[in-house]
Amino acid sequence: MKLLYFAWVRERIGRAEEEAEAPAGVATVAELIGWLRSRGPQYERAFEAGPSIRAAIDKRHAKPDAPIAGAREIAFFPPMTGG
Amino acid sequence: MAVRLQRESFDLGAEVARLTAGRSDAGAVVTFSGLCRDRADSGAPLISLTLEHYPGMVEEELGRIEQEARTRWPIADLLLIHRYGRILPGEPIVLVVTLSPHRAAAFEAAQFLMDYLKTSAPFWKREETEDGPAWVASKATDDEAATRWSR
Repeated sequence: MKLLYFAWVRERIGRAEEEAEAPAGVATVAELIGWLRSRGPQYERAFEAGPSIRAAIDKRHAKPDAPIAGAREIAFFPPMTGG
Repeated sequence: MAVRLQRESFDLGAEVARLTAGRSDAGAVVTFSGLCRDRADSGAPLISLTLEHYPGMVEEELGRIEQEARTRWPIADLLLIHRYGRILPGEPIVLVVTLSPHRAAAFEAAQFLMDYLKTSAPFWKREETEDGPAWVASKATDDEAATRWSR
């Protein structure tokens, strides 16, 4: 699947997008975040804000317990500040 | 009309004139436009604002917000414009226009659109001051404003 990062999540990870295959057992958004955090200090830093990091699956907002099976694109970003 | 995402600025008067031209079913037009302030949240003078967005999702999310407003209120027409990229103090950032037979629906729908947009449309503001760039923190009051519409 494709992972996308925005705003300071993107800056902390150091890239805007990447392809990734989560290992078996990673079934939800929260579990995906947990796995990403184990990939290095830049991910750890990006996700250290925990539940305030928002996610979208295939361009729709997704809660931490949302299943990721079949997702083509998962995005992570801070709370939105438009308007 | 519908939703528009654009880099360039817009003219509120021209947009309203275009939306209302040739129709007589709407007795009420409400407009809201958000402008770029000359101060950062820290109080420091603002040089510019840069709006990052999630291409594709922004359009879809604004479309969903529009549909939700249309199911809740008798809307004759509405327009939602949101800019992205670099914006200077005094320039407009966002425009909401609602047309309805009566004013209550037009006011409420405009407020709903803004409250929802602020917490669910994937935009992020970065302020540039003499101290350098800084991401704008989300405000709890914006979440509360959106929550009151939930049902």
